[in-house]
Amino acid sequence: MATLQEFRTSEKSWWCPGCGDFGVLAAMQKALVAVGANPASTAIVAGIGCSGKIGNYINSYNIHVTHGRALPAALGLKLANRDLMVLAAGGDGDAYAIGMGHFMHALRRNVNVTYVVMDNHIYGLTKGQTSPTSQEGFKTKTSPKGSLERPIHPLMLAVSAGATFVAQGFSSWQPQLASLIQKGIEHPGFSLINVISPCVTYNKVNTYDWYKQSLQNLDNDPDYVPNDRTKALARLHVTDELVTGLIYQEESTPYEDLIPGFKDTPLVHQNLHVDPNTWNQILSTLE
Amino acid sequence: MIAWKIGGDQGEGIDSTGDVLATVANRMGYFVYGYKNFSSRIKGGHTNYKVRISPTRVEATTKRTDILVALNQETIDKNFSELDNGLLLADSIFNPVLPDNAKAQLLTLPLTAIAKDLGSVVMRNMVSVGASAALLQMPVEPFVQYVMAKFKRKGPAVVESNRQAVEVGYQRIMDEYGHLLTYRLGEPHPGDRLVINGNDAIALGAIAGGCRLMCGYPITPATDIMESLAKWFPLVGGAVVQMEDELGSITAVIGAGFGGARAMTASSGPGISLMQEAIGLASVAEIPAVIVDTQRGGPSTGMPTKQEQSDLLALLQGGHGDTLRVVLTPGSIEESFEDAVEAFNLAEQFQTPVIIATDLSLSLWQQSVDRSRLNGPAQPIRRGATFSQEDLLALGANVFQRYQFSADGISPRSLPGEANGQYLATGVEHSTNGKVSEDPTNRTKMMDKRLMKLQGVTQVRDGFKYEGPEDPDLILIGIGSTVGVLKEAAKQLGSKVGVAWFRTLSPFPTERVLSVLAPARHILVVEQNALGQLRQMMTIHETTDHRYESLLKYNGVPFLPEEVVTRASALLTPVEVH
Ligand SMILES: Cc1ncc(C[n+]2csc(CCOP(=O)(O)OP(=O)(O)O)c2C)c(N)n1
Ligand code: SF4
Ligand SMILES: [Mg+2]
Repeated sequence: MATLQEFRTSEKSWWCPGCGDFGVLAAMQKALVAVGANPASTAIVAGIGCSGKIGNYINSYNIHVTHGRALPAALGLKLANRDLMVLAAGGDGDAYAIGMGHFMHALRRNVNVTYVVMDNHIYGLTKGQTSPTSQEGFKTKTSPKGSLERPIHPLMLAVSAGATFVAQGFSSWQPQLASLIQKGIEHPGFSLINVISPCVTYNKVNTYDWYKQSLQNLDNDPDYVPNDRTKALARLHVTDELVTGLIYQEESTPYEDLIPGFKDTPLVHQNLHVDPNTWNQILSTLE
Repeated sequence: MIAWKIGGDQGEGIDSTGDVLATVANRMGYFVYGYKNFSSRIKGGHTNYKVRISPTRVEATTKRTDILVALNQETIDKNFSELDNGLLLADSIFNPVLPDNAKAQLLTLPLTAIAKDLGSVVMRNMVSVGASAALLQMPVEPFVQYVMAKFKRKGPAVVESNRQAVEVGYQRIMDEYGHLLTYRLGEPHPGDRLVINGNDAIALGAIAGGCRLMCGYPITPATDIMESLAKWFPLVGGAVVQMEDELGSITAVIGAGFGGARAMTASSGPGISLMQEAIGLASVAEIPAVIVDTQRGGPSTGMPTKQEQSDLLALLQGGHGDTLRVVLTPGSIEESFEDAVEAFNLAEQFQTPVIIATDLSLSLWQQSVDRSRLNGPAQPIRRGATFSQEDLLALGANVFQRYQFSADGISPRSLPGEANGQYLATGVEHSTNGKVSEDPTNRTKMMDKRLMKLQGVTQVRDGFKYEGPEDPDLILIGIGSTVGVLKEAAKQLGSKVGVAWFRTLSPFPTERVLSVLAPARHILVVEQNALGQLRQMMTIHETTDHRYESLLKYNGVPFLPEEVVTRASALLTPVEVH
């Protein structure tokens, strides 16, 4: 069983002191330990952004792709080696702006990948522009008079797109966040964990204090049962998505189990030569 | 050699009629080449299908048609000029009119009425097949056999009426026009051949080359590759994923390549444009990926169902930064198969994206191919340099250098799952251990390392082929489907004309090009684009000089051997100007 220490790297952190991403990293490492993962068979796929650097600090196989495309890379990797524990991570811009198309389709495809979105309602890496989750009226250098667009509601989108696991955590609430990521990893299908991860440098509105006052913790509501799509949507609607906890989960068969003829043995371990009988069978369809 | 053509409205079974003819002629031991001329409409609009049938290999279409089967007047109007004392069989239902200047003999038969009598107008195609067999002076038996097998699943009644359709079509021609039939095809050359197109060949080559994952987004003319693999992959445990777009397709392939599987995507111009950023990622992070570009008329949506070769510069230098890719350019269906296999080997050996550039004509038009040239189980699989689990255990934890410098630029890789092999693969510039680095010295060394790898490809692959005399008056240079056209043109031009074609565009085979072309008096670069992109590449690599001429075509129609012959003849015997 790997320890927390084994999931750390020697690399010095790049994030600003106080950045929420530290909390996401810590919770992710705790969740990996809790599920009994081992570094060699864990893979983290990250997008571009401050958030995308998370892979640099986790001792595992890491691939850091182009902006917005963590999910397709995670899909390809999982299909290449289904024995791997595959996690994807990135920011709110990565997930819900440039990567929005992949996000919606990953939800309906339901491959067994855990997606951790580090949502700070801002573009951190490019030094503070409006993001798709920024509130209406939010002022940045690209929206000096305030954002004109309504924010994306990723959780409601996910629930209505057919997601089989939807949760939200807060980087400051470690035990809950680690447990949500753990549950997401254990879920046999695609799991979305949107994490409120404040940017202390560029977002002076959605601060730690603001979130602590605004967020409702579903764990404190014994009446909420996360197995009903309609109720999940209703709760997300009335709270304007300012909730943490497991929002929705259903029984699920992952995509890779549904592919015709796809084997339990990972592709990467299979013999690549085609045998003569199969080959003749293939050619016979062309006769 | 005979050229037969059928024409009518799109969506009326023109394709299947041509396919039956090509398949049966191929089984009888003839070589066939089938050229479908279609438009972007699904139903309606003129379409035609030409099949050349010959006792020897054919790999191009031609201007001339010997037998034209017309299912409507439009077919006659659009195609009669190809008939040079040929036969024109028309369905009497539309009261066919032969234009005054037509050099053809008009034969009519109530194709639709015969089919109706037998139960359904749908069988008009089978009546046409039987009639065509007679016009081609081929025995009807093999056609009957084929049709009976083809419809077996649909029950004895359907089999019987289709058999009759073929036989009645055949008999009516023999009875009414037998005295006009003078063609002789020549003796067949029996062999074990399949009629396939370049897309089939690439899908087959992918399977033989160990590809087990295809992530794609539909686009003409590449979609067949995905569709064929969707049919075949379950037999070998592979998967096809229809992605949301090409950005996702290429990135999924890269994810799989990082994971150690052999994966591919296939697209055409518009999709390739979307993939360029990720191709750069694969190049910098040194991840194998195979991408097929079946070129079509561009830019933008361009002419989606028409032939062009105008992506060459984009494939070599599209995308930002100094992106290194291998670009393979098969010049025949057999080479498409070989290059598909080889693409997966090169991608892993050199840890880099490999693009296979074909074109619409090469990917869609069918041809007889020897089964022996499609020997899947015999294909080599070269995985390239890796650290095995034992190597990594011996190395110890936290010391593996994924991008360590080496003499040939290739660094052995580890695969996810292997203990002690963990590393970061990133599109950001990195040092030997994969960690992000903007150190100027490291940057230069890393760029040089990646550049150096490409030179290795030149050593394992002959990138420029030549067929012809040692002292040519003229060498015709082409790429993709044009190569077959050039070979036919060269035959007509005589013994002093050779044909050279690119098998690899990147790395550019400079030495081979210079040595092959050295003895030529004239050089004609034949390509299907407006900018002369192939010739531009040759100029960039300093292989061109005063001997070079270009023959360009960019109207969407494939080159015909006749056009090349005309231009080449003018070059060889220049008109004296006083
Ligand atoms: C194709 C492309 N467009 C733009 C960029 C520039 N860019 C890098 S990160 C980023 C947005 C980052 O915001 P987010 O995803 O929320 O991550 P954060 O930095 O906030 O963690 C942008 C626009 C890029 N790298 N690639
Ligand atoms: S800019 Fe914001 S998101 Fe980026 S590291 Fe700093 S605090 Fe974190
Ligand atoms: Mg952000």
